[in-house]
Parts: sequence; C-alpha cells; structure tokens
Amino acid sequence: MKDTLANTEKKTAYILTLPAVALVFAIILFPIFANVWISFKEVELKDIRIPEPRAKKIVKSISEDPSKIKILYKLRNSSLLQEIRDVSFQDKFPKNFEIEKLDPRCDYKKYTLKCKFGNWPAKYRENFQIAFKTNDGSNIDKKAIKSTKPKLNGTSDNILLNTNFTLKNFKKVLFDNEFVDLLLTTFYYTFFGTVGSIIFGILTAQMVNQKFYGRTFMRSVLLFPYVAPVVALAYTWELLLDPNSGTLNSLLINYQVIETPINLLGQKYIDINILGFDFKLRLALTTVIMFEIWRYFPLAFLFILARLQAIPKELYEAADVDGASPFQKFFNITLPQITAVISILFMIRFIWNFNKFEDVFLLTGGASGTRTLPINVYQQGFAISDIGMGSAVSIVIVVLLLLFMFFYFKLLGKRVDEN
Amino acid sequence: MKTKNLILFILISSFFLIFIVSIWKILATLQGLNIQNFNLQIIFIFGVLISFANLRIGNKIKVFYKSILFSLIFVICDGYLIQNLPLWYNFGNFLILYFFVNKINKYNFENLREQHSTQVIFFDFLTLFGILLFSFVILFPFYMMLITSFKTQIALLVNPLDFSISFDQDLKGLFKSYFVIFESYNFGRYILTSTIVSVGTVIITLIFAIPAAYAIARLNFFGKTFMSTSILIIYMFPAIVLVIPLYTIFSQLGLRNSIEGLLIVYTATTLPVAIYMLQGYFKSIPKELEEAAILDKLSWFGIITKIIIPLSIPAISSVALYVFMIAWNEFLFSLMFLDNPNSFTLSRAIQYLSGDAETPRQYLMAGSVIVTLPVLFIFVYFEKYLVSGLTAGSVKG
Repeated sequence: MKDTLANTEKKTAYILTLPAVALVFAIILFPIFANVWISFKEVELKDIRIPEPRAKKIVKSISEDPSKIKILYKLRNSSLLQEIRDVSFQDKFPKNFEIEKLDPRCDYKKYTLKCKFGNWPAKYRENFQIAFKTNDGSNIDKKAIKSTKPKLNGTSDNILLNTNFTLKNFKKVLFDNEFVDLLLTTFYYTFFGTVGSIIFGILTAQMVNQKFYGRTFMRSVLLFPYVAPVVALAYTWELLLDPNSGTLNSLLINYQVIETPINLLGQKYIDINILGFDFKLRLALTTVIMFEIWRYFPLAFLFILARLQAIPKELYEAADVDGASPFQKFFNITLPQITAVISILFMIRFIWNFNKFEDVFLLTGGASGTRTLPINVYQQGFAISDIGMGSAVSIVIVVLLLLFMFFYFKLLGKRVDEN
Repeated sequence: MKTKNLILFILISSFFLIFIVSIWKILATLQGLNIQNFNLQIIFIFGVLISFANLRIGNKIKVFYKSILFSLIFVICDGYLIQNLPLWYNFGNFLILYFFVNKINKYNFENLREQHSTQVIFFDFLTLFGILLFSFVILFPFYMMLITSFKTQIALLVNPLDFSISFDQDLKGLFKSYFVIFESYNFGRYILTSTIVSVGTVIITLIFAIPAAYAIARLNFFGKTFMSTSILIIYMFPAIVLVIPLYTIFSQLGLRNSIEGLLIVYTATTLPVAIYMLQGYFKSIPKELEEAAILDKLSWFGIITKIIIPLSIPAISSVALYVFMIAWNEFLFSLMFLDNPNSFTLSRAIQYLSGDAETPRQYLMAGSVIVTLPVLFIFVYFEKYLVSGLTAGSVKG
C-alpha cells in the first residue's frame, strides 16, 4: 500500500516537473552542446539557411482560344551553394481540365499534376511549361488557377548536421584574434567593474543603514539604475558624455576645468600625469567600467544592506562601552560580518560582468579598446558572419568561467578551513 | 588635542559647505544661469568663519536668529560676487546655508573634547555627503532623459546646459517628440509587442514554474536534490553562449522575427529563477493543510489551485513582477532574433532608432522615457514585493 503511494507521488512529481525541465533542456542545455558542435565546424551565416526548391507560377492565356491555357513555372534552387535531391512537385487544377502534352517526368491523375524532377544542383533554374484545355470547351477562369500554389519538396544536406570537423576556429581564436588583448580587456572590465560596484555597495549600504529622514525613498532611488532598461540608460549616458554637445563636457568647459571637449567613449587612451609620472589610461574602457559600476552597485547595496540589518545591535553597544571609534567598529564588527556576502557577491558579479554584452555594445559597440569576449562573439558571428568562429569564442568564455569557478571555490574553501 | 579636533571639525564642515553649494551651483547652471566660477576659496573662508563663529557663539543667541544671520551674510556676499542672478538662486542659497548652520549647531566645544569626536563628526558629514552625492549621480541621468525629451533640436544645440522647460508653449509643443515617435516611428505597435511578450512570458513562466516548484518543495522523487541544485547552476549560464546556437536553430525553424520565438526563450531563461523563488515560499506553507486535502481526495491539480496558489499570492506576484521586468528590459535576444521592424520590441526599436545618425536625440530620449516609465512605476509602486524578489532572484544575477 505504502509502496504504491510512493510510486504515485513519484509519478506526479515527474508529470509536474516535466514541462519545465523539457523547456529548460531544449532552450538552455541543448544549445550549450550545440555550441560545442558548431565551434568545430566551418559555418558561415549564409550556410545556415536550408536550401529549398521554389516555383513561381505564371498563367498565360492563348488569345485565339479562351478554352486553352499555358502555365509557366519558373523553378529554381534557392541556395547558391548546395544541391537539392529528389525534388517533387505537385499542383491541383479544376475538374474540367485536360492536359495537352505531358512532360515525361510528370504524371496527371485526379486533376493533380505530380512531377519528379530529380536532383537540382546549386543555382539551378528551369522554365517548366505545360498547356491545358477544358474538356467541355468552356472558358477558363485565370484567377482560380492563379490562386492555387504548387507544392515542392526536396531533401538537402544541412551543413550543421554533417560530420566534417575542423580545429581551424580555435586556432584562429587563439592566434589570429589578438587574444591576449581581448582577454586583458575583458579582465579589466570584469574585475574593476566588480570591485567598484562592491565598494560603492558597501558605502551606500552603510549610509542607508543609519536613520535619517527620507530613508525608504533613498533606498528605492538607489535601485533605479538596476531596474531601468539598459537601452534607455546607455543612450542617456551617451548623450551625457557626448563630446560635441554633451552635458558633462559643456559643464566642464563652462567652469574652465578643461579647454577642449574629451571624447569619453571614443578615445582609446588618455595621457595622465600624476606626481610627475606619465601614464596612459584606457579612457573608453574606464568610462564603460564607470557605467557598469553605476548600474550594478545597487545589487551589492541590496545584499549588503540586508546583511547589515541582521547584525545584532548588542555587538555595537558592547563596542560603545569599550570606547571603540567608528572606524574600529566598522573594521572590527561590520566588515567581518559582511565578508561572506561580499565573497558571494564577488563571484556572482564577476561571472555576470564577464558575460556582459548589452552595456558595452550599446555604449561603444566594442570600439576604442572596449572589445570584450562577449562583444567578440557577436562581432565574429554576426558582423563577420562566421558562425563557427563566434561559437568557438563563446566556448572559450565557458571554459574560462568554469576555471574561474573552480579556483574561486578552492580558494574560498581553503579560507573557510583556516578560520 | 582640543585644537586638533577643532581644526579638523572646521575643515570637515567647510568642505561639506563647499560641496553642497557647488551642487546647487551646478543645478543652477543647468537651469540656464550663467555661472562660470564656483568661488571655492570664498566659500571655504566663509565655511571656516561660520563654523568657528558658531562654536564661539554657542547658545548665546537663538538658533533661528543665528542661522538667519549667517545665511544672510553668506547670500549677500555670494550674490555680490556673482551678480545678476535671479532671486530663486539666492533663496536656494539661503536655504542651504540655513540647513548647514542648523546641522553644525549640535556641535560645541564640549563634545569636541570627547574621545573619537572627529571620527564621529567625519562619519556624520560623510553620510550626508553620500546621500546628496548619490541622489545627484543617480537621478541626474533620469532627469536629463526626461527634460531632453521635452526640448527641440535647436534649443539643445544652442545651449546644451539649459535644462529648463519653457511652459509658455502649449501642451502639443511640449510633447511634440512623443507625438512624432507615435505617429512616424510606430511606437504604439512596439509598446503593444513589448507588452504582449512580457505579459505572455509571465503567464507561461508561472504555468510551468508553479507545478515544478510544488513538486520540488513537497514531493519525494528520484533526482529531486539534483534538480534543485542544478537550477542555480543553469541560471548562471551566460546568455551570450546561447545566442549563436539558438540563432541558427531558430533560423532553420523559422522562429526568428516571431513573438513565439521570443516567448520561448524568455520563458526558458526566467524559469529557473521563478522555480527557485517559488519553491522556497512553498516550503514555508504548513503541510497540515495539504494533508487534510489529501484526505478529502483532492488531486494534485486541486491541491495546487485550491490551496497552494491562494496561500502564496504574495510570492507569486513578486515572481510575476520580477519576470515581467526581466522580459520588458531584455535586449540581447531581441537584438539577435528580430530584424524586421514589424516585430520589434521597445528596446530593440530604440536601438534601431539610434542606429540612424539622423534621428534627433529628443526622439531617442522620448522613446527611452516610454520604455523606462512602466518599469520605474511598477518598481516604486510594488517595491515591497520586488525587493524580496530581487534579493532572492539575484542570488543568481
């Protein structure tokens, strides 16, 4: 009895979870495997369209006899690259139709014309013509004939399904693609974006954790950049930083801070002199990182605030009794309490920034030294239309992420052991 | 010790004064006033004098009179230095000074002598400074987006610093950009598409997620722990990795440029979060209720619709709002899958608009306001639900 109950429970559970599991499998897990497959192939954007046989039907009336008609089919292979095999053709006609001359490839039965055209090579074209007359001599309604469409079928190789593999894509990714530069840019973007957003998150959480008038309002305002659509925010920033008539440059010129406008999103390097040391700052990349921090520190803020509010008040009261200064309270009580949250945040934000595509794409499109790995996936796959290459870059992203996660957890595990 | 604390206090408060007056000056410049100089040294000297005088006078005269006196002196001097400014600017200056003097009034020689007094003062001012700075830095782009959408092309080019709205034109003139993007750029259609896609995603996600979350929360079956842990890992998988294979598969199936295609992808990418959030809530519902229902011979469908759903309306609405926001804001997939303007979502339409260099920026900003407003409205109105959703949901991102 109990056994059957457990069985029905199991069955119910599988029925309930199946739709969700199937969908996630089809749209998330299967594409990841497909990505591996594609990355070992030479595929371009134009190859992925499946070749299909097409026919354009043109009806011609014969002037001296309204009971006769000619029909011209312009047949072609839609693909410029691949052949189509075993093309079959089918079209229907009114019941009083009789065929005048039958093509040897065709067959006319039950008012249906069926043809077998065999194999069509790439770029194949043919004008296929047949003539009909009505068996009762009545006039022909051209519109009725035009309205029926011929059906064509054929089989062709799907370039994605054949088994020709190559390592070319990975070779290109690693050796012809300024890989080191790409990796460094991605690393700077990810690392500084993550660290910056966490620092600002700590500052703001500490701030909002105090009592002041308008605190709840402040909390919602701080989350605005995180919840608003990225498209709107990116274009607003672009306008704000525009070198010709952007607000920021105009303000700085107005206050005589700078003399000529700075193109914050379009300039790769800027020379900076601090204490006599000259160095080059990657300007556009820095701006993009600033945007990243601005947009994602609210998440860190939210997490850290939740943790701060859970710290028992007694700890601070005891510290007050001992005469601890605010700095001491922060470094000795608050910080140790939030390190766990910070390490989780660091991992999450690192992974997500590593894969961030939209922000950089909308702000600079990957120009002026802001080409990160995800941008490269897009450029390879869709701008240069080399799908295989794009896939290979995204596989590199996955491998790097897995490596990061592996070492991060190893490091984190050691830390936990030491404490 | 005392003099060191005194000097630090005066420095901190003076810098704070410089900061708030500067922000006010920037805001005034953005209303079209011609201010080219912050006069930082003068403000600094005033800050030092006011802080010191405030300590000296202490409570000998009433705070109210003291504040008014200091503020008036400052406003008159500042007004003399930067002349020909309207009254509202000077009035704002006066209010800022009034606020400042009230703020420093609580410090006197006695509490400057206390241990750690400079650190306490430092943190006090830092908090205020932070609140003002972050409000400014965060709200300014939104403010700019809104104001730019009300301007004309010429006004934007003549003085990019003028952010004032002239109300002497009629409503039609003020909302001109909005009329244009609805009439010539078809934005009504994009709003409809975005709404259908977002609401559709919410409905389908809930239909798929509620039973799955219930099974994970309540039933025993083989692979349950595996499933609940893999949910989070799956959510970590980057969308950029899915783009190319999904693009090729969708092209071959003819799902590109279709709302159905977007619905499938959005549902699949939000499902893991939805299941994760819901199963956490379902676990907190007391089991006894269902046991009674099982005795009443209710099927699992009855249990879910009659017991679980009515009891978890808060969690379900929080998931629904969160999923709505993700779908509404989504950009990557709509960029990849949609290239026919007839099937654009709002985000994709704005990006398409910006691709044409001729598009006036006020139209772009009007579009941005339209795409941003619903999200911000939902966020502010349902903040309580959404914040819990964000914290749970963004454990993954």
